[in-house]
Amino acid sequence: MSKAAIIAGAAETNSLGKLPGYSTLGLHIEAAVNAVADAGLSFRDIDGIATVSAPGPVQVAHALGITPRWMDGTGVGGTSFLLHVRHAAAAIAVGQASTVLITHGESGRSRVGAARFAPGLSSPPGQFEAPYGTFGPTTAFTIPVLRYMKDYGLTHEQLAYVAVAQRRWAAKNPRAMFRDPITVDEVLASRLVAYPFHLLECCLVTDGGGALIVTSADRTGDFPKPAVHVLGAGESMETPMISQLPDFTESGAFRLAGAAAFAEAGITTSDVGHLMIYDAFAHLPIYGLEALGFVAKGEAGAFISDGNTEPGGFLPLNTNGGGLSYTHTGMYGMFAILESVRQLRGEAAAGVDPEISVVLGNGGMFATSGVLVLGRSPL
Amino acid sequence: MGKPVPKPVPKPVPEPTPETQPFWDGCAAGELRLQRCRACVRPYFYPRPVCPSCGSAEVEWFTASGDATLYSYVINHRPAPGFEADAPYAIAVVQLAEGPRMMTSIVGVPQTPEALSLDMPLRVTFEQRGDISLPVFEPAGEWRQ
Ligand SMILES: [Zn+2]
Repeated sequence: MSKAAIIAGAAETNSLGKLPGYSTLGLHIEAAVNAVADAGLSFRDIDGIATVSAPGPVQVAHALGITPRWMDGTGVGGTSFLLHVRHAAAAIAVGQASTVLITHGESGRSRVGAARFAPGLSSPPGQFEAPYGTFGPTTAFTIPVLRYMKDYGLTHEQLAYVAVAQRRWAAKNPRAMFRDPITVDEVLASRLVAYPFHLLECCLVTDGGGALIVTSADRTGDFPKPAVHVLGAGESMETPMISQLPDFTESGAFRLAGAAAFAEAGITTSDVGHLMIYDAFAHLPIYGLEALGFVAKGEAGAFISDGNTEPGGFLPLNTNGGGLSYTHTGMYGMFAILESVRQLRGEAAAGVDPEISVVLGNGGMFATSGVLVLGRSPL
Repeated sequence: MGKPVPKPVPKPVPEPTPETQPFWDGCAAGELRLQRCRACVRPYFYPRPVCPSCGSAEVEWFTASGDATLYSYVINHRPAPGFEADAPYAIAVVQLAEGPRMMTSIVGVPQTPEALSLDMPLRVTFEQRGDISLPVFEPAGEWRQ
């Protein structure tokens, strides 16, 4: 079904970083304007809208003067935009929409017009996690990794090296927030945030936005930029509470979403020339590489520290610098997709010229996942 | 922009729902109560009215042993509101002897990687938080200090 869709427009906000002059809605709008222009379209051409709340599809569509005939407000964390692409492809395939705008904007750092989120104390996380002093992802998303380290021998140095490898990509990217090279020693000397995680093993917190235009592959060639084909997509979920993750050494949601996407596209790991793995923290690329089957369980730390994923390595991973060095508004998934699109179009700052790029998104804290297989050509 | 001055706030107090009230009643009585399925006999946590393994609504409460081991944790250096005086403090997940896992605090032990050893034996104890008795865990056996 998703074989019929292409990404015809893709853009970020003019700037990323610290943008106190924009509200959350303002970031959505600028990203939408840029993506529609990138596709050579106008808002009159858009008949489908997808984004997360808040502000949600109704507010975004209304602000842009769009009356969609299809909308999707799926909001399952930072991977939501990957799910929107999947859902949009399905809607386009059955004729419910022809041209879908997917927007992200988040005043993650400046918190201008931003939604508040804290679990109510009667919710399951409110009753069974918050009383123990959890306070956002740094305190909870990080909890599984000590178990992984003990069971599989991942070292503190290997965990730190994830940040080092991604900084090497960021150094090539003028839009990355942090570009100065770092060493393992510097990562391990940075402030402890939540042992075993140091500051440089945690993502940035920034303001920014991005947007995509998804349409039918029948229209390939009708747009100014090369089409990016949606070859496969998958989604899954595992747990609303990190304490209830069934196995702290792996993500079942990553594995299931990845298997669905690879099966739909009919590819294996050896077909993949470029990979984006949502990296809110340094352990996520490790969990992601293993869940997608690029390496066996327990091998990803060494795979990264041996240089396989950094510039010059055979599996370029998080080539924009990732959430650790490029940008992370709170819902990073849109930026992971956008880097894949840039790579497939040949527009990336650190281009690796892939035929097929895979994007693995995370939502919440191992709560949800979406995976996209994107390609330069239809299969 | 200066840093906002944090207002002193109390630590969060869980708000029981009808489905979870028996768990909190157990804590008030000094017992860790879990649910198990009458059909497939599997114990589970967090409290809910159907078995997550088989979907049966034939579930019952029982009193767990209170024995556990340390499954994983972080030592948090950025305290949640109300926890300023505790930082750095461990946020742990324990493996209950009956099978389910739960988040908790580890008390009666320094909050350091050296003192908090994965798989160390633990035993439940309870801490008063508002009108709630909160299950926390302390080292057991030869790990008791
Ligand atoms: Zn059952």
